[in-house]
Amino acid sequence: MADQQLDAKGLNCPLPILRAKKAIKSMDTGATLEVEATDPGAIKDFAAFCRVTGNELLESSEEDGGIYRFLIKKSG
Amino acid sequence: MAKETTSQAKSMSLIVTKGSLDWAYPPFILATTAASMGLDVTMFFTFYGLGLLQKKLDLEVTALGNPAMKMPMAGMHIGMPNLVAALPGVGAMATGMMKNLIEKKGVASIEELRAEAIEGDVRLIGCQMTLDLFEVKRGDLLDNIEIAGAATYVENALEADINLFI
Repeated sequence: MADQQLDAKGLNCPLPILRAKKAIKSMDTGATLEVEATDPGAIKDFAAFCRVTGNELLESSEEDGGIYRFLIKKSG
Repeated sequence: MAKETTSQAKSMSLIVTKGSLDWAYPPFILATTAASMGLDVTMFFTFYGLGLLQKKLDLEVTALGNPAMKMPMAGMHIGMPNLVAALPGVGAMATGMMKNLIEKKGVASIEELRAEAIEGDVRLIGCQMTLDLFEVKRGDLLDNIEIAGAATYVENALEADINLFI
């Protein structure tokens, strides 16, 4: 179970990333954030976001019903 | 003279020259995203882009002279001949359709993205020459922005890792 959840379903680029960034900002280092999104662009975007920001993308998966799930661990 | 910021972060600058509803998106999307990824971002608003700094936004879109603008309608993509796009009221209709699509597809409004940019400490600079040229009142623009000229942009761009003209 992640420390924090973010429902970004129905939001389009760049809102899932902007919302996730806000959530991560308020989290402690080492805490995890679970994001659910429906934007197909989010798959590559969360990977890029994590590479650039140094946060760790622990999981990136597609669930049934066109929902994408990301698990991000706040680093540094 | 010492520079205003001495940051180790990567940085991006954007020159924003267009102020219609559609063209307002690319610069604000890129600026807010880059800021969320930890970059220092500067946006320089010049010519028609300056309107995006007005306190009250009333952005419009037109199909006039834009053959690439094809809207999804009744399962098809419909363009609009210039002769039709030029008729009174058609611009307002196109703007209304675009705003409907924006809402339906979960796309942020420009007002929302601009607020995100401000919250993300994006540096907003209005072009002094454009204010003079188009007789724009300083009081009609957002309070917390800078007004400056080309040299300020160039100094900023020299230090930036990414420089975009939109």
